[in-house]
Amino acid sequence: MQNHFPVWKNILVLLVFGIGIIYSLPNLYGDDPSVQVSSTIAMAISQEQANQVDSDIKAMGIPAKAFEYKDGKILARFSNTDDQLKVADQLRDKMGSNYTVALNLAPTTPGWLRALGAQAMYLGLDLRGGVHFLLEVDMDAAVKQAEDRYIDDVRLALRNAKLHYQSVAKDSGFIKVTMNSTDDKSALLTLLDKEFHSLEITEPEAQEQVWLKFSEKEAREIKKFAVAQNMTTLRNRVNELGVAEPVIQQQGENRIMVQLPGVQDTTRAKEILGTTATLEYRLVDVDHDVQQAVSGHAPVGSRLYYDRSGAPILLDRRVIVTGDQIVDASSGQDQDGRPSVNISLNGVGASKMAKTTQVSVGKPMAVVFIEYKVETKTVNGEKIRHKEKVEKVINVATIQGVFSKRFQTTGLDSPQEARNLSLLLRAGALAAPVDIVEERTVGPSLGQDNIDKGMLSFVVGFALVVLFMAVYYKLFGMIANFALAFNVVIVVAILSMLQATLTLPGIAGIILTVGMSVDANVLIFERVKEEIKAGITPQAAIFIGYDKAFATILDSHFTNLVVAVVLFAFGTGSVKGFAVTLIIGILSSMFTAITGTRMVINWIYGSRRVEKLSI
Amino acid sequence: MILSIGSLAVRGLQMGIDFTGGTLIEVGYQKAADLNVLRNTLDTQGFDDATVQNFGTAKDVLIRLKPHEGISSADLSTRVLEAINKTTAEPASIRRVEYVGPQVGDDLAEDGFLALLYSTIAILIYIAWRFEWKFSTGAILATVHDVVVTLGLFSILGLEFDLTVLAAVLALIGYSLNDTIVVYDRIRENFRLLRNKTTEEVMNISVNVTLSRTIMTSLTVILVLVSLFFLGGEIIHNFSIVLLFGVFFGTYSSIFIASPMALMLGISAEDLMIPVKEGSVIDDRP
Repeated sequence: MQNHFPVWKNILVLLVFGIGIIYSLPNLYGDDPSVQVSSTIAMAISQEQANQVDSDIKAMGIPAKAFEYKDGKILARFSNTDDQLKVADQLRDKMGSNYTVALNLAPTTPGWLRALGAQAMYLGLDLRGGVHFLLEVDMDAAVKQAEDRYIDDVRLALRNAKLHYQSVAKDSGFIKVTMNSTDDKSALLTLLDKEFHSLEITEPEAQEQVWLKFSEKEAREIKKFAVAQNMTTLRNRVNELGVAEPVIQQQGENRIMVQLPGVQDTTRAKEILGTTATLEYRLVDVDHDVQQAVSGHAPVGSRLYYDRSGAPILLDRRVIVTGDQIVDASSGQDQDGRPSVNISLNGVGASKMAKTTQVSVGKPMAVVFIEYKVETKTVNGEKIRHKEKVEKVINVATIQGVFSKRFQTTGLDSPQEARNLSLLLRAGALAAPVDIVEERTVGPSLGQDNIDKGMLSFVVGFALVVLFMAVYYKLFGMIANFALAFNVVIVVAILSMLQATLTLPGIAGIILTVGMSVDANVLIFERVKEEIKAGITPQAAIFIGYDKAFATILDSHFTNLVVAVVLFAFGTGSVKGFAVTLIIGILSSMFTAITGTRMVINWIYGSRRVEKLSI
Repeated sequence: MILSIGSLAVRGLQMGIDFTGGTLIEVGYQKAADLNVLRNTLDTQGFDDATVQNFGTAKDVLIRLKPHEGISSADLSTRVLEAINKTTAEPASIRRVEYVGPQVGDDLAEDGFLALLYSTIAILIYIAWRFEWKFSTGAILATVHDVVVTLGLFSILGLEFDLTVLAAVLALIGYSLNDTIVVYDRIRENFRLLRNKTTEEVMNISVNVTLSRTIMTSLTVILVLVSLFFLGGEIIHNFSIVLLFGVFFGTYSSIFIASPMALMLGISAEDLMIPVKEGSVIDDRP
């Protein structure tokens, strides 16, 4: 009984087949255009709020196909995109800034499949449309900002300790502190030892000087923090855009990948993500004449700025609080119902703010918004990035009392203005500027086109191979075709289970595996033919054919696998999608083309006398 | 082969924006687009380095821009779109925008090169382990041949080399070796079976018996590739071209290059015998 599988092997193959079918099923169901409502604040949406939204939608006169409330999120399905857009627009106006109203495509997978955890494949941006951005955090700027903060802190500490110094300044990578006398230097060293652990101290030959530098660890921390804070800020901003399934991931040391499926208005997305900004709170200099400063005689302790209308304003050189010390900013109303912006600071910012406001009640304080615009220029064949800094005063308010951690800005013209300011404040809470270094946008029409074309070439390619195999290898060819279909089912099922991203090259990968996976069968069948020619009985020929071809298949498929794995390791985006389908396709084809076909052949020829094979 | 190297040396490869950096904008119109009007518009708007061409159909237009000085890179696509929408009666719909910064381009090129290098090394090690160094050299030479010829063709035709094409080249390496290995496998088996035949005879027999398989497999792969080429759309076009040519040359090279090469290097039955316990192992390895 050479050609007979033990029962367990039959069961195994059938089981894999069954599971494959179940988990690839969700891909046959379509999507419902739907609106998803979630909360931007940490709190989940309550049942009452959900009911409210439900009745709101009913009040609009647009019938929802289904209304679901689950895990603090609301999902309303509609029968067409027009209804979906109308409801989304009206809900956005109603819900206010604490909620995200996002357009989404909700799968129509039936409940019993979802209960099994079966989901449709996750389509990449090139298939569903959307935007992919790669942002780079400017680490040099992050370190420089940290240096500036330290300079201020060192000066402050010196003043508090009543130590006289000549200068604290940046010079060739160091913060150089020059004291008046060598006596003060030892006091400075004690002070540094007590309050500034993170700075490395160098004592140069000049007796009254101390050079300071970040320790390696501190520099690393600053960079890590810059990326982390940027990611948090990006997440908040993306929420404002109303995207259903955004992906925000760190890539490498200083890059952040942002993927926004389904976003159509890329200009707005870029505006919100790409304007890299920070901000500073400064006291307004009311002691000097602005006009004199405009004509070029700015007082020593002050700098000239312009507000949004272009009017000049003098501000104190010392920064009270920078954007990265802002924890949160939100728009709302004060006790009298006037529009206001509520701002929260972190510990460092709070103590600085308290110190300033203690001595400045009644004085005006300004918010300076700083934007970086990036240009790339080629000088002598080298790519040099040039940064332009644009500074603008966006708000001036009078300090009404002493405050620290939490405070409110009022006196704004409209709720719209309050919303804008809070948005800008939040946007300004970036530790370091970022710029877009890569963008890939796919419009929705192209996405659908890609799916259609991919499907069409798959179907045609598959049909051609099936036809070819059936004609050339007859019954054995049909069995191989069955294995081929089985292989595609398994690939789709595994892709769905892993929720790996399917891209256009990924589809090409599946098509390619269709062409290549019959290779195993061709190898086996050719071998069987040979053995029959050599005069061996059909049963033995089948056995030997499978046996001998196995080693060859293993060897030859392995090289494909190596290449696919390397491709996966080095590839990005859509190319990775190709590698994934190739890997899965190669592995599963070995199973289907060897074990799968063998099972069927055993069923047909296994336990009887065979005179001739249909091969 | 010589032609390919020549063309690669003289003309080089036309690198896509994935590697050079730059901007690529694909827009779609309801009617056939007038490319001259678009070109003139872009010229007068200061985008004089833009290349404008149809993509797939007359309604789709592809605009390529080099990395631009003086304009914030991310704004570029927005500004180009504004510019062309000013002149044409019907607004263009964005089908695709790709912007790759110069830095990212360099990184992608480096990663791509490393991927090529590592996969070659990994395969070399695998074949040397499974077979023998003479085979390994033959296989690699055959593969290098396939890649060079395919790239040369790309260079001659002036097709654009981008990330997807690079992926196809890597897939080609895997496929081309697959073919070669099947032949080697048979040679190895026959060396052990047909002890009274000369090395040349054994090779000849092995190549002949695997010939129908080699051609069959190539045919099925070519079938799906042809379908992909004609129906898969413009984006996947170059991808399928690489594989189509690669599979064609790969089939030819595994028959006419890989095995003769091993023969030239003086492969013999002893190289492939299963080592008899100890002793012979030392002689077996270079």
